[in-house]
Amino acid sequence: MKIVVCVKQVPDSDAALAVNADRTWIVDSGINFELNPYDRYALEEALRIKEAGEGEVVAVSLGPARAAQVLKTCLATGADRAIHLKDEAFQGGDPWANAQALAAAIRTVEPDLVLCGFQANDDTLAQTPVLLAEMLGMPHATGAMKIEKTDTGVRVARELEADRREVVDLPLPAVITVQTGINEPRYASIKGIMAAKRKEMKTPGPADLGIDPSQVGAAGSRLRFFDLAVPPKKEGGEVLTGSTEEIAVALVKRIRENTGVL
Amino acid sequence: MAYKGADFYLSDELFTEEEILIRDSVRQFVTDQIMPIIAKHNREGTFPAHLVPGLGELGLLGASLEGYGCAGVSATAYGLMMVELERGDSGIRSFVSVQGALCMYPIYRFGSEEQKQHYLPDMAKGEAIGSFGLTEADFGSNPGGMRTRAEKTAGGYLLNGSKSWITNGTIADVSIIWAKLDGVIRGFLVDKGTKGFSAQDIKGKFSLRASVTSELLLENVEVPETALLPGTEGLKSALSCLNQARYGVAWGAIGAAQAVFDEAVRYAQGRVQFGRPIAGFQLQQAKMAEMLTEITKAQLLCARLGRLKEAGKATPAMVSLAKRNNVAMALDAARTARDILGAVGIMDEYQTFRHMCNLESVKTYEGTHDIHTLILGQAITGLDAFE
Ligand SMILES: Cc1cc2nc3c(=O)[nH]c(=O)nc-3n(C[C@H](O)[C@H](O)[C@H](O)COP(=O)(O)OP(=O)(O)OC[C@H]3O[C@@H](n4cnc5c(N)ncnc54)[C@H](O)[C@@H]3O)c2cc1C
Ligand SMILES: Cc1cc2nc3c(=O)[nH]c(=O)nc-3n(C[C@H](O)[C@H](O)[C@H](O)COP(=O)(O)OP(=O)(O)OC[C@H]3O[C@@H](n4cnc5c(N)ncnc54)[C@H](O)[C@@H]3O)c2cc1C
Repeated sequence: MKIVVCVKQVPDSDAALAVNADRTWIVDSGINFELNPYDRYALEEALRIKEAGEGEVVAVSLGPARAAQVLKTCLATGADRAIHLKDEAFQGGDPWANAQALAAAIRTVEPDLVLCGFQANDDTLAQTPVLLAEMLGMPHATGAMKIEKTDTGVRVARELEADRREVVDLPLPAVITVQTGINEPRYASIKGIMAAKRKEMKTPGPADLGIDPSQVGAAGSRLRFFDLAVPPKKEGGEVLTGSTEEIAVALVKRIRENTGVL
Repeated sequence: MAYKGADFYLSDELFTEEEILIRDSVRQFVTDQIMPIIAKHNREGTFPAHLVPGLGELGLLGASLEGYGCAGVSATAYGLMMVELERGDSGIRSFVSVQGALCMYPIYRFGSEEQKQHYLPDMAKGEAIGSFGLTEADFGSNPGGMRTRAEKTAGGYLLNGSKSWITNGTIADVSIIWAKLDGVIRGFLVDKGTKGFSAQDIKGKFSLRASVTSELLLENVEVPETALLPGTEGLKSALSCLNQARYGVAWGAIGAAQAVFDEAVRYAQGRVQFGRPIAGFQLQQAKMAEMLTEITKAQLLCARLGRLKEAGKATPAMVSLAKRNNVAMALDAARTARDILGAVGIMDEYQTFRHMCNLESVKTYEGTHDIHTLILGQAITGLDAFE
């Protein structure tokens, strides 16, 4: 199977974030970035499917020059080649514009399966894969906790609320978003890291993919962040005092009155 | 908060992108696989053997060797791997040092092609474990005086003697036994289960509790011709292995120091006495400033030593200087960090005391601090003060 894994570079989950001057995004200098944690599971799933049979895993990322780092991580972990959409025209896009660009790149691969992380840890929109499926004309399933090959395609167990799962059969090619916990992602091995520098990393621009630059990146976006703010610090709070018993009674009373949980 | 080792002088900029990726992968492995379990193994005095296949898969065993399933990383990348492992535990780093630098290296350097084919690929995968038997109960700093003997027989060699303080001794599939053959020290490969060869763990250790340390007994052990490492010739062969391992120890110590520094700083920032964090008191700041200064110096020392080694210019005395300085530095840092932690510093819920105890062994093995002083003295003056 030929599998595309879409990966995104996101700020480290413990990076100290600040809103930029025009309040449209975070200040992205001076912080560390990492491979979106959800995507690690998507990559691992792709590698396992490939290893169970044969085929190729192609990692695709849209992002600025620094995003090459996450593609290198994918290559070091076992992906066979990578495509980096780093042209300026692709940057600053919303999920729709990004899906346009990714779809064009993915078409050149002609995959049997496209795997994405369930969502990105930075904006947590979870939109891109679904839009991508529509643009590629492929069926999709989100939040996969299990992916099995069947005679006609794949069977996907989707995570619903409260430990429930929905099982769907999809024909191939299809787009699937992968939930954390579906597998245990491997580490990039030392040999893998050393082999990675010999693997192919393409950086096609809009012209190479036959895309109109006005349809991708900031120019092609329909969604705009215009007022990001750090949530105000929670005021006050109440410190209960007294004996353990008194505190417990007071606490239960408040939970009952304020939440209706009990 | 994800762990990031102290790097005050941005020494990361001295490393290649590939070296950093390797370091990060090992760091992640240590965070996920070693940190959650190490206190328990230390408390119970058990080696976490379940980690060995993972260490092999990651490519940490014999990583600096080329071929035979080994990764062939730069000396610097190897050093960075040791930093991360020892940030986890000196015992785990010891396992990897013994496997790679003390066992795979001599087979690679002094072994026949058949010996290499037979042992190295399995050892790289962690499917076979090695131990290195040089020290004897009566011959530690002076291994040249060893009593273990080899005699030529019709079909091979007969080994007699004993070894002490041998890391991995009871879990080893193959032990490299250094013994005198006609008065010359040679290395022999003795497989587990060979008749007359037995091993027993040394109990009651306060240090390196998550590492196996054993005594080996050789009573009329018959080994075939093919057990001799043909390229070994005298004590210098054994010392060349120690030189590889010491190089890794010099780097590794930085990791232990970073770990205790990290713990002490976090603790001091959170610990309030007299109405404010103890991190705000000058006495504590002086301790932390000293620790960071020494860690930074040790990092720069190793960054340079690594490049010298890659260029074939690192002398044994240069390695001695780094081992001597960095291990003593890490031990001092651990003692200071323990102070900062107050009473909780004696608990195994925190890492510091474990590192502190471990580093006492690290200061003694691979050449004691004193012996490295003498090696440097010899390098400076040309006069040998050993005897
Ligand atoms: C946990 C652990 C694991 C080990 N693993 C291995 C292993 O895998 N394989 C192996 O072969 N060995 C191993 N060793 C042994 C280690 O290499 C020796 O302990 C070390 O060489 C010191 O020898 P010793 O303990 O006999 O001390 P000694 O040599 O008796 O030294 C005692 C003290 O005297 C000092 N001293 C000795 N000679 C001189 C001198 N000429 N001038 C001034 N001072 C001197 C030393 O510095 C030290 O302070 C291990 C040791 C430990 C603790
Ligand atoms: C095994 C054990 C048994 C004990 N038994 C008893 C007992 O029987 N009864 C009892 O009452 N207590 C007992 N203690 C508690 C002991 O007295 C305290 O641990 C000690 O007073 C230090 O307090 P702490 O551990 O809270 O450290 P902290 O007071 O939190 O100190 C942490 C660090 O901050 C430093 N520091 C604190 N204040 C300042 C300052 N103003 N300026 C600069 N540096 C500062 C300290 O020197 C230390 O390095 C015991 C402790 C241990 C470990």
